[in-house]
Amino acid sequence: MPPFDLSILLSGPYQTMLLAGLRLSLTLLAATFVLALPLGILIALARLSPFALLRGLASIFIESQRNVPLLAHLLFWYFGAPELLPNAAKQWLYAHDVETIAAAVAITLYYSAFMSEDVRSGVRAVPTVQFEAARALGLPWLASMRLVVLPQAIRVTVPPLLSQTLNIWKDTSIATVIGTAELMYQAAKVESATFRSVEAFTFATVSYLLVSLLITALASGYHHRFPPRAL
Amino acid sequence: MIRFDNVNKWYGQYHALVSVSETITKAEVVVVCGPSGSGKSTLIRTINRLEPIDSGHIFLEGEDVHRRGLDINAFRSHIGFVFQQFNLFPHLSALENCTIAPVRLKRGTKQEARDRALALLDRVGLAHKANALPSELSGGQQQRVAIARALAMQPPVMLFDEPTSALDPEMVGEVLQVMKSLARDGMTMVVVTHEMGFAREVADRVLFMDHGEILERSTPEAFFNRPEHPRAQQFLSDIRVSSTSI
Amino acid sequence: MTFTEVIRSYWLYFLVGRFPQGPLGGLALTLVLASLGLLLALPFGLLLGLTRVSPWRWLRWPVTTLVFVVRGTPLLMVIFWAYFFLPSVTGVQTSQFSTMLMALVLFDSCYLAEIVRAGIKGLPRGQTESARSLGLPWFATMRLVVLPQALRHMLPSLVNQFISTIKETSLGYIIGLGEVSFVATQINTQVFIYPTSIYLILGLTYFVLCFSLSRFAFWLERRLASQGGRNTTSALATL
Repeated sequence: MPPFDLSILLSGPYQTMLLAGLRLSLTLLAATFVLALPLGILIALARLSPFALLRGLASIFIESQRNVPLLAHLLFWYFGAPELLPNAAKQWLYAHDVETIAAAVAITLYYSAFMSEDVRSGVRAVPTVQFEAARALGLPWLASMRLVVLPQAIRVTVPPLLSQTLNIWKDTSIATVIGTAELMYQAAKVESATFRSVEAFTFATVSYLLVSLLITALASGYHHRFPPRAL
Repeated sequence: MIRFDNVNKWYGQYHALVSVSETITKAEVVVVCGPSGSGKSTLIRTINRLEPIDSGHIFLEGEDVHRRGLDINAFRSHIGFVFQQFNLFPHLSALENCTIAPVRLKRGTKQEARDRALALLDRVGLAHKANALPSELSGGQQQRVAIARALAMQPPVMLFDEPTSALDPEMVGEVLQVMKSLARDGMTMVVVTHEMGFAREVADRVLFMDHGEILERSTPEAFFNRPEHPRAQQFLSDIRVSSTSI
Repeated sequence: MTFTEVIRSYWLYFLVGRFPQGPLGGLALTLVLASLGLLLALPFGLLLGLTRVSPWRWLRWPVTTLVFVVRGTPLLMVIFWAYFFLPSVTGVQTSQFSTMLMALVLFDSCYLAEIVRAGIKGLPRGQTESARSLGLPWFATMRLVVLPQALRHMLPSLVNQFISTIKETSLGYIIGLGEVSFVATQINTQVFIYPTSIYLILGLTYFVLCFSLSRFAFWLERRLASQGGRNTTSALATL
């Protein structure tokens, strides 16, 4: 067997499989990010709110997500959760790519918890006097947050959020455990079909690294363009 | 003993040291003063290479301090440096702070290092605190231990970077006392300080710096009573105003 | 069977796998793997972290590249390389446990390297400066002055890394390692009718483990912060 045969990567069915996997991984990344961020902000606001019940519920959510590995979450949403649904919903789910949906749900919820903590840290980095000044002007709680605190918190929050994005990207690989046909799954399939572990895994590794590099470059660029302000 | 030869240093665009040339002879006590940002701390930190320079030379006992290939560790062990923030090692006792360098760099046996450290702590008035941790000492005591620590390596020259600026007023005296006794014993000292009383009492010369340049060099008596450079005059009058406003 | 019967039949399997009739598995395996992994990763992580802050470029750059590559790759990818590729090169098929352990050690070393680096950089610059000013060479400065202080401050981060490692052991499932997630799925496959409850219990198990550890890390951080106050230069400290 020749040591490194690029041909399977450059054309043919295996290339199609790998590219399809890459596409799904990227789709998962985009979808979960777009869903997790607003959810994370909402949960952060709940954690910061003056209502103990809201704070408590948000805490429970965050801790229950963060202290359980993503793999266990994926197993739950794929094997456990559909059983709780009414039969019609269950049938619809199984007809419509349940693996990807379960993966998206699991990853979104998991990372919304981490993102909410980063947003909360960002908000806490803004001096309390800012919030107090807004309230003193008569602005209600939510408006004060939205118009005064959050915009200032953004600068501090972006770097950790980009770091979470990096983690999401890497964790899309775990969806393979429930059969989601993302990059890792496809690479493993190609490997078992052709025994060409090097080629398949190199493709996957390089893809992961390139996107990681992109995200890291974005983070550096942001840091250069918007360095932390001395408050 | 120490010679600055047309030394220049930039921090990016900012010219921190401007063509500094000066000689400090053995057993001389030189005080460097000037307003904030004048470059006096930078100057003293270039002597033991805590800061690099961009052009010119600095010679210590004939050796070019900033030349490539210099054994910087051996070199630094011949210079005593006392910091504004004391920088004692918090996880070691006063005695251990003073013995760590001699022992590690093999200056004599462990017992000799210990004996010398105890003698030095006694000299700065802290023999009874030999086993105390820095957290158990006041600021003035910590700075005195820091001086003992620097002396433990038996350096021929001692550098002080604003040694009393971080101390509460009532502790400044005890540290200056130690420094004065060092000066009287013939130690070559370069001291960056705002303590004009110290300068008057023990300094052989005063260097006034502003914006990276040495603008005036004279004896303490001449400097304090008849400053020549307009900025030196401004500086001294500002100090007098602030000291009388207590 | 009722759910209570399920618990009664499988609780031991859940906790220790097929041990002693077979290899260790279940929760016990998760704990052993995580502890061993982090313990072995510590010396490497320390070494890598020190190298990252060392003044020698020829050391720094390769290590920085290694750390970047490992941190930019999913752990699962590292596991796959070790499990599928390595045997074809060495001719030796390592067990799932050893493969998982190797991958964890490599992965965690790189994360620990960053923790060590942050810990070292978090110390006031004056500590390094005064040690170097005494003439202590770089490595002695690290060993005698910087690391003793930095390691203490790193403890909460180390505990957090342990929590991450526990979660990482779950990936052993994918190569068939009998850790607790794998065992839970085995149980589910046999029992079939209680998937939700079984996976809820799996989640609860991880939760109890990781949450208590995170509370411990939090307590450590608070304790270190209050002790740190004593270490600062206090003019009011009594004679």
